[in-house]
Amino acid sequence: MTAQTRQPAYVDDVVRAFMVATVFWGVVGFAMGLLIASQLAFPDLNFGLEWTSFGRLRPVHTSAVIFAFGGSGLIGSSLFIVQRTCKARLFGGWQLGWFLFWGYQLFIVLAATGYVMGITQGKEYAEPEWYVDLWLTIVWVAYLVCFVGTLLRRKEPHIYVANWFLLSFILTIAMLHVVNNAALPVSFFDWKSYGAYAGVQDAMIEWWYGHNAVGFFLTAGFLGMMYYFIPKAADRPIYSYRLSIVHFWSLIFLYIWAGPHHLLYTALPDWTQTLGMVFSIMLWMPSWGGMINGLMTLSGAWHKLATNAGLRFSVTSLAFYGMSTFEGPVMSIKPVNGLSHYTDWTIGHVHSGAMGWVGFITFGMLYYIVPVLWGKTKVYSEKLVAWHFWIATLGIVFYVCAMWASGIMQGLMWRAYDANGFLQYSFIETVEAMHPFYLIRILGGVMYLSGALIMAFNLWKTAFGAQDRAAPAAIPVPQPAQ
Amino acid sequence: MRFNHAFIEKNAILLLVLALVTVSIGGLVQIVPLYTIETTIERVEGVRPYTPLEQIGRNVYIREGCYLCHSQQIRAFRDEVERYGHYSLAAESMYDHPFQWGSKRNGPDLARVGGKYSNDWHKAHLTHPQDVVPTSIMPSYAFLARRPVRTDDLQAHLKTLRSVGVPYSDEMIANAGGDLAAQIDPDGDSAALTTRYPGAVVASFTGTPAGATPTEMDAVIAYLQMLGTLVPFQKTPLENLVQ
Repeated sequence: MTAQTRQPAYVDDVVRAFMVATVFWGVVGFAMGLLIASQLAFPDLNFGLEWTSFGRLRPVHTSAVIFAFGGSGLIGSSLFIVQRTCKARLFGGWQLGWFLFWGYQLFIVLAATGYVMGITQGKEYAEPEWYVDLWLTIVWVAYLVCFVGTLLRRKEPHIYVANWFLLSFILTIAMLHVVNNAALPVSFFDWKSYGAYAGVQDAMIEWWYGHNAVGFFLTAGFLGMMYYFIPKAADRPIYSYRLSIVHFWSLIFLYIWAGPHHLLYTALPDWTQTLGMVFSIMLWMPSWGGMINGLMTLSGAWHKLATNAGLRFSVTSLAFYGMSTFEGPVMSIKPVNGLSHYTDWTIGHVHSGAMGWVGFITFGMLYYIVPVLWGKTKVYSEKLVAWHFWIATLGIVFYVCAMWASGIMQGLMWRAYDANGFLQYSFIETVEAMHPFYLIRILGGVMYLSGALIMAFNLWKTAFGAQDRAAPAAIPVPQPAQ
Repeated sequence: MRFNHAFIEKNAILLLVLALVTVSIGGLVQIVPLYTIETTIERVEGVRPYTPLEQIGRNVYIREGCYLCHSQQIRAFRDEVERYGHYSLAAESMYDHPFQWGSKRNGPDLARVGGKYSNDWHKAHLTHPQDVVPTSIMPSYAFLARRPVRTDDLQAHLKTLRSVGVPYSDEMIANAGGDLAAQIDPDGDSAALTTRYPGAVVASFTGTPAGATPTEMDAVIAYLQMLGTLVPFQKTPLENLVQ
């Protein structure tokens, strides 16, 4: 290949594969969520088998949606974004790209099969055991090399704002992953390991990791996605360059401090708890900075929401992002947390962020990127996109409202006293009271999953159905900077 | 000279380094002092490494994801202290690799479940929770009773734990197999076990005959029955609980 003389095309096969994986894992992850939510309403659905019990399947659900669905969407779209905003071919070419794809998919499969068999470190969102962690470290370093290498060969003088967020996401996840998972295996041939940290320090390190998996994987990474696809879909420039700078640096600085809000009123020393609470509240501002920058980008383009259903997902995701990043700081205030912690309120909060923000920004990205990647002019059916949008939005509303109600109710029941000064409810009575809300949650989950199945069908028809193919994407000739 | 952000935007390596510095600060400030401030872990007596059977039970607890529905962290609230017992201390999980404080209570907190229910109750409950709590949403763990624990790698487990900081003595490691057998044999001589591990509960947890290999259910119940029982709160001066 005469790469020196002719402009090579972008490495898009890998991106296409990641998009297929995103949709596949999305459906798997949402279905697993529906199953375990149903188990809490109908315990017979644990089937009396060790492999299908809630305790083993819950990490399958969380890893499938965060790391498999979110991760595939994030890595895939970041390769798309970095090549186009740098006007450069992927560093490492298709070789490194495919290693990244299959390496990451192998990580997912190794992790998930392990959970079902009971192979887990027992730390939330960091369940994979040492051998899976080592493999992910290799894949992640390849990702960093791939991404930074592409930045370094860019033909644009400036690094586009989406790439700042993506770079900070890749870097920080590497740091969190390596530190939190430090462990010593019992033997080289044993899956079991013991972590390097114990007790209160382990708790702090775990939630430093856990909260910033939210902060950098589910927030900074997806903000990178937002900063590319919303301006593209709306065909408008980013609202404020200055706001991008301010909210980028303040977001990545503040987020890392917020971990202790998962440990309020526990045996973690007070000074650490207070720091965690204060920084969590401050985090509200840069979070809304991102939301405002995204929403205001639509100034003068709001009419496009009427005709571009994919863009509706992106814009609604910012609304959910704004809501969750307001709710989060509120829940970090100690007295509020005293009520909300250990209850479904937390579960509702996580899901308004995960389904509303992460899910919707990814769906918006998919509806934009799939026609582009497969050389089609538009999605197969705008009408089905609209159906997906309304079913999924209603599903989230059912889900989140049910969890608010059940969480606040259970928190209040736990602390209720009767006239004689005794605790009013036994624990099991508070569990029984959750049942109706768990039924509503199931309905919400069914709707969200149905929406995803509609999307899978629509995107399949878009990519592989009969439609005119446009010319494959080539790297445009660089324009001189102004 | 006026600062211009464009300088950072045009230099990928500079952006990388500055971002890394920015995201490192919070973690360093919050984590490092937890190792250097001595009062982070309260000065209380009684906390000891787990017996071999308890440690195996703890590993089963982790393997089954019990922590996803049961916390082990009682907060210092009136209702929690009345419902579960004394609020949890950092010292009580100082040998826990990993910690199991949990984040959600689909079921009750277990930080002080030790001694609250009989071994028979635990056996019935783990086998089919709805037999003892009809409206429970907990899955059945009957299979634990059918599975003998693995005994050939006991010493490797204790040695690994010692490498990460749990103070297992040479004697504890050398006698791991004997201590495992002794803990399910209430009629045998368990003095050596309870000297090495004060407060260990010696019992026929599920009726496994003495001399036979304990089952995973024996191990889980042994673990549950010691949870939160080690610190003698009546004998602990209040100022020792200050962090």
